[in-house]
Amino acid sequence: MQRLIDRAKALLESGEVARVLGWRKGENVWDVEPAFFASPEELSDFVYNGFCGANLSKYMIEASKLEGKTLVFLKPCDTYSFNQLTTEHRVDRETAYIVGVGCKGKLKIENIDAKGILDVQGAGYPDASEILTVKTLYGDKEVSYKDAMLERCHVCKGKEHMVYDELIGESVDTCDGDRFAEVAKIEAMSPEEKFAYFQSELSKCIRCNACRNVCPACSCRKCVFDSNKFDSAQKANTISFEEKMFHIIRAFHVAGRCTDCGECSRVCPQGIPLHLFNRKFIKDIDSLYGTWQAGAEVDARGPLTNFRTDDAEPSIVTKRG
Amino acid sequence: MSEAMHECKHNPGFCRDTLIPQVALITDIRTETPDVKTFRVERPEGGKLFEHLPGQCAMVCVPGVGEAMFSITSSPTNKEYQEFSIKRCGVLTEHLHSMNAGDEILVRGPYGNNFPVETELKGKNLLFIAGGIALAPLRSVINYCLDNRENYGEIDILYGSRSADDLVQRKEIEEVWMNTPGVNVHLTIDRPQEGWDGHVGFVPSYLKELAFDTNRTAILCGPPIMIKFCLQGLKEMGFAMEQVYTTLELRMKCGVGKCGRCNIGTKYVCKDGPVFRFDQVDELPNEY
Amino acid sequence: MLKIKRSDLGTLFAKIAENNELYLPVKAAGKTNFAAWDQDADVDLDTLKTVKSPKDAFFPQSEGLYSCDREEGKIKITAEKLQDAPFVVFGIRACDVRGIAVLDKVFLSQPVDTYYAARREHGIIVSYACGAPETSCFCKVFGIDAAQPEGDVVTWMVGEDLYWDAKTEKGQKLTAQVAELLTEADAALVAAEQEKIRSIIEKLPNSHLSLEGWGAEAAKTRFDSPIWEQLYKPCLACGTCTFVCPTCQCYDIKDYDTGNGVKRYRCWDSCMYSDFTMMAHGNNRTSQMQRFRQRFLHKLAYYPANNDGMFSCVGCGRCVDKCPSHLNIVKVIKAFGKEGK
Repeated sequence: MQRLIDRAKALLESGEVARVLGWRKGENVWDVEPAFFASPEELSDFVYNGFCGANLSKYMIEASKLEGKTLVFLKPCDTYSFNQLTTEHRVDRETAYIVGVGCKGKLKIENIDAKGILDVQGAGYPDASEILTVKTLYGDKEVSYKDAMLERCHVCKGKEHMVYDELIGESVDTCDGDRFAEVAKIEAMSPEEKFAYFQSELSKCIRCNACRNVCPACSCRKCVFDSNKFDSAQKANTISFEEKMFHIIRAFHVAGRCTDCGECSRVCPQGIPLHLFNRKFIKDIDSLYGTWQAGAEVDARGPLTNFRTDDAEPSIVTKRG
Repeated sequence: MSEAMHECKHNPGFCRDTLIPQVALITDIRTETPDVKTFRVERPEGGKLFEHLPGQCAMVCVPGVGEAMFSITSSPTNKEYQEFSIKRCGVLTEHLHSMNAGDEILVRGPYGNNFPVETELKGKNLLFIAGGIALAPLRSVINYCLDNRENYGEIDILYGSRSADDLVQRKEIEEVWMNTPGVNVHLTIDRPQEGWDGHVGFVPSYLKELAFDTNRTAILCGPPIMIKFCLQGLKEMGFAMEQVYTTLELRMKCGVGKCGRCNIGTKYVCKDGPVFRFDQVDELPNEY
Repeated sequence: MLKIKRSDLGTLFAKIAENNELYLPVKAAGKTNFAAWDQDADVDLDTLKTVKSPKDAFFPQSEGLYSCDREEGKIKITAEKLQDAPFVVFGIRACDVRGIAVLDKVFLSQPVDTYYAARREHGIIVSYACGAPETSCFCKVFGIDAAQPEGDVVTWMVGEDLYWDAKTEKGQKLTAQVAELLTEADAALVAAEQEKIRSIIEKLPNSHLSLEGWGAEAAKTRFDSPIWEQLYKPCLACGTCTFVCPTCQCYDIKDYDTGNGVKRYRCWDSCMYSDFTMMAHGNNRTSQMQRFRQRFLHKLAYYPANNDGMFSCVGCGRCVDKCPSHLNIVKVIKAFGKEGK
């Protein structure tokens, strides 16, 4: 972590960057917040540890509009989002100085099944150990790092940065699951079971819009769900279909552009596995058009925005049901 | 009136809850200017919807289209109906402008405080300053004062708009206000226009030309930029902020100080306002 | 003081439900929220904080106000029926009970909100002391005692028994309905449990947060502070904090087209949303900084100014747990404390 701070200080002092976009220490070890640092002094609050799950790419939309370059720290998976935003002309690559940071998997405090957590030792970087020691009001406890990881880290796309100006820090492979296993499980359900599954998950939705607002693919200046010109601006569920409509429409809007960064599921206060919608689209795109990873490269034409004579015929899609 | 709609034990004057409107019949629509119409409303069975005080507002709703707060432009001294002067500027107002006499809308209110016509303004010389559609909230006060003429001193009305065609209530101004003793009407339009032999110029500069003495209470309403310069002008003339009143306008939904939209600082404009004295406005955080 | 065995709670809930609608913390799809009780409900009294606060029971996230139908060109208004049957909300924590008191000052002040008033009139609160407070809790700061909540009936879990103490007339009426299931109990065990709870609360990291400088005066002294500009930046402008908060009461009124008429309903809204103050001709809060400042000044300055110093925060810590960017009211309070202004 000190290497990151030193590098940021050097770049700020040399004037090469005007500000640093990173993570700031919270009140506790886990409540790290995305933050802008304007001076070397402010960097004393900088932190990089297992709780820096937040994808900073989306903040670059605003930072791109500011004077001067922004040093942004991106984890390997965050770089896909950055590339996708560059492709969509929402972020200007020239305004960013990207330091790719190593990643050993990110943690979700809710996954540490302990009450009254005061401290989590072993979540630091680069010294992330395989065992976390959790200090709580009700005694200490050991939890394996892997068990406390975000779902997305278990199906990690790989620790290679897709875009960067320089790299600092080592990564550790965390992938130990099949990315599409959950989707396949749902696909195998009967229509009634599927409906019941999504009904039980989505009926928890409180329409706080956290999933949408955190999503790097949701970068519309005015979301259709915020427009008062249509009946879509419902802030609460007037009918049972409403909650599903919001999430299904959102999934369609980001289809082909979603990099599967997993931020939607990370932030959902009700723990809805929202990423499954997007993964279903990704799985289908992969099988219909060949494997495709949004954000792997800039200006690539995704299968849904490109026409090729050997594209899957609509009839094939329909038959799949 | 059904059981559920009997008068509310908590909120006298309202049907059960302040959020539930009354059906109002549009009995007359007057075209004031190319984009302003005045709507007269009554109960479907005849008579006023409710009693109100000068400066108070009401929520006007077209079901399925929208609902918004408008000041009641008719004077409480009118015993038969209420009127709203409404400028076409959004989805709801667009729809209202397409309606006809005989159509029904929904109205709930009255909401908010009122100009202190029976207390602080009583016995005073009054100076009304308005620009464009902002005459609407002041008209209820002006007519109230004219109908209780003996309670007020000299009355000056300075009113301006973009052009002569944009002056609202022109008939009433010329036929009633200009012919009431002790009432001086000063009209102005922004640019010269054929057929207009009155004053030409913006309201704030006309205000300076007229150079009123400070022995009066000013009531000011108009677009923010006009308010800013008129207030400056009044200050230069020596007016104290305690001598100047205005009405504020913010997004409102409930009308009763609960839904939170019109909250600025410790005030809810719908309930604690819309009428404020400028020394009170100065106390508010700069968010209006 | 009365008690019932933990293992008999199912019978107690069934008994309560004979005469009342019953709402209590229910786990569904992995998360615990207040929901209507039925035989199959997975009642969860161990999770300290439901995701949403129980304010839904009195101020639902979405509720009908009236419907509007056209009959032969005439508009007919039918007001939504008010709550007229008794209901019990079981398991409300001390902070959330205070949250209801905060809402009371808004909805029961003149002019009274009749929808809310009817629910308060018919609602019976069975509160539940917090056996194991969490790190994010800071109710003590607002003078709330998690070991002795307010409520019509107060309950404690001590060992394998739920202790039951009726505090009001409503609470006594409810107690009479279930009396056959309750037995006399020794209050000393509850007192010991309370001591244990209070000693944990003393050790919570935010139990002694200073509120100095907040309250009515902050409306003026802290509005123009440059600290807001530094604080708000990570804010995503979502409504998570608002919707999990037991005291946020802003709402929107909207229409729902029923086909031949309109149903007018209200739903929770958030001052964090960009369209909250949008009007046909403009918006008086155009930046997220302004909206962020509004939410916190409302809780810590404007509301206390209008309500005899009572804060519109109860220290439940839900925003601390749930903010996607880990911003929260504790950080706001501390940021101003640090700067000493």
